[in-house]
Amino acid sequence: MSAYRRGLRVGATSLTLAALLLSAACGGTTRDNSGNDAAGGDSQASGAANPDAAIKEGLKIAFLPKQLNNPYFTVSDNGGKDAVTEIKGEFKEVGPSEASASSQVSYINTLSQQGMDVIVTSANDPNAICGALNQAKAAGAKIVTFDSDTKPECRQIFVNQVTAEGIAENQVKLISQQIGGEGEIAILSATANATNQNAWIALMKDELKKPEYSKIKLVTVAYGNDDDQKSFQETQGLLQSYPNLKGIISPTTVGVAAAGRYLSGSQYKGKVKLTGLGTPNQMRQYVKDGTVDAFALWSPADLGYLAAYAGAALASGQITGAEGDRFKAGKLGEFTVGKEGVVVLGPPTVFDKNNIDQFQF
Amino acid sequence: MAHDSLYAAPPTVEAEPGAGRLATLRGLLGSWDAAVVAALVVVVLVAGLTVENFATGRNAQFLLLDLVPLALIALPMTLIVITGEIDLSVASMVGLCSTLMGQLWLSSGLSLELICVLVVLLGAVLGAVNGLFVTGFGLPSLAVTIGTLALYRGLSFVVLGDQAVADFPADWTAAVVRNIPGTSIPVVLVPLLLLALVFGVVLHATPAGRALYAMGNNDQAATFTGVSVARTKFWLFVVSGAVCGLVGIFWTLRYASARGDNATGLELTVVTAVLLGGVSIFGGRGALLGVLAGVLLLGVLRNALQLADVDANALTIVTGTLLIASVVLPNAVADIRARLHRRRQRQPVAS
Repeated sequence: MSAYRRGLRVGATSLTLAALLLSAACGGTTRDNSGNDAAGGDSQASGAANPDAAIKEGLKIAFLPKQLNNPYFTVSDNGGKDAVTEIKGEFKEVGPSEASASSQVSYINTLSQQGMDVIVTSANDPNAICGALNQAKAAGAKIVTFDSDTKPECRQIFVNQVTAEGIAENQVKLISQQIGGEGEIAILSATANATNQNAWIALMKDELKKPEYSKIKLVTVAYGNDDDQKSFQETQGLLQSYPNLKGIISPTTVGVAAAGRYLSGSQYKGKVKLTGLGTPNQMRQYVKDGTVDAFALWSPADLGYLAAYAGAALASGQITGAEGDRFKAGKLGEFTVGKEGVVVLGPPTVFDKNNIDQFQF
Repeated sequence: MAHDSLYAAPPTVEAEPGAGRLATLRGLLGSWDAAVVAALVVVVLVAGLTVENFATGRNAQFLLLDLVPLALIALPMTLIVITGEIDLSVASMVGLCSTLMGQLWLSSGLSLELICVLVVLLGAVLGAVNGLFVTGFGLPSLAVTIGTLALYRGLSFVVLGDQAVADFPADWTAAVVRNIPGTSIPVVLVPLLLLALVFGVVLHATPAGRALYAMGNNDQAATFTGVSVARTKFWLFVVSGAVCGLVGIFWTLRYASARGDNATGLELTVVTAVLLGGVSIFGGRGALLGVLAGVLLLGVLRNALQLADVDANALTIVTGTLLIASVVLPNAVADIRARLHRRRQRQPVAS
């Protein structure tokens, strides 16, 4: 046993010594002196765009979603497939079975090895796949991100589903239409520190200051933590605390579905209006039974479709990803590249009982 | 290939009457190593001839870089499995070391060199906790390391939450993916091969290495021959943790991102590679060369199938099947051989 102790002591001492020696020997790279030239990537818009260039045929366009077998990405990738078929290109969808950045890197390497013309991806980590994307770019591929962006210098175009302003405007307009332009409303959000939710809520408050919404009063913001049970209980709590409540906005798919479930089984069904961001499959029954008049979300299929066209336009030399470049995206019409290579799909799609059956996702 | 077989069995067991069966086992072990190497050669040749873009320098670089974490962790894992234990917490230790590296870089103001040293030490401490539970309290390593698998992963999310630290200096992140000038072989392969050499020498050419096989065959018998089983196993877990610290640094710099879910699920791939390389899950046999061949075989298969557009689910199925095959096949063959051997022994008596 004493030998055991001695071994431990010798081991620990030598490790510590080694550590001290090493750290003393090296001058040291610290956070302050490392210079942090993170913007080392080449400028995203190089060369000149030729807006009249025709879309090339036979472009090899690969979709690399966050993960395979995720219904949202299956729909958006199929939208991309439709676009690639229209422009007579070769479509391919690959991806990891778990949403991790490191496995995406291995797929990006494979795609660049296969000589893809365009890689369309949704990043699991804004930084981790950057190195691989830059290598693929150097090998001649054009990079388009959609849904979740990387650092801007790692791709040419980011196709954003919707702007925060677009969401705020849309949500306030929907609830105002449904409650007849006056009364108390509440917001059912996800978690209290969710970045995008808070940005949307702040913009909704600004939107409510407009004169046409002066009779609408936002009484509270509740947090359902994107948990079905909690969102359900929070909805119940809202209705008990605010008897005059006319409407609820829930800009999260979990929240709006849970609130719909509570309302449809309660005395408030149809009297207290509900809108938000939800998927047609989750909300269908509440729209059909009259609980919900209308709600919104972007169309994932259009998102993939637009991303594929953006990639094709890049690979054909129509655009370079510079601000102000314009390109045509088939049935969706013309788009302009904004600041930092961002293309916005447009205002969210509104679903109501007339159109909901056309959407399956 | 069968150079390890010289050391495969402890002297105490060799003297027992079952030595004939052990000899068959050892013969088989050699042939399993050879089989893995042969399979590797075949897969590389077939992939090179049939899969477009496989046989290029750039692909070699991608393939080798992907294999570095796997190969590094497989080194101590081989030794641990040979002693009859297992360390399933490796991937979580990599994750925790990665997030701690990120947190230290973010808020401590220490130099990155010092942080790297601290992270390796921290890995060693995490491994020591495993070792303490296994040897100090005599608990089964399977249970202990399943516990720390969850514990360390949970802690790594405590350290950084769902945030990521990504602003590591560009010259550091570029250095880990750089090639040896004039080749398409990543520089990090040099320290990997050196470490592999050290592990190989210790395992196959020192009394300490022989003792590991002895422990795997029979803990008590090994104790009686004067080997300190607990101490050796404790240090093996410490080494495993320290290597995970190294991998945590590599992983963080390679992906330029320290985050809680780094390396999730890697432990299963490592165990697969080790078993595929001919190490017995029951302890007592295996060789480092076979394991390295197993790591390469797994990596080449994945890379070639990916290049051939085989989808992710099929890849997982291939990995699972290989794991089962590498456990079942050697045992089945050993069983058959042993039966044949017994029949041969019985025949003279009957006639």
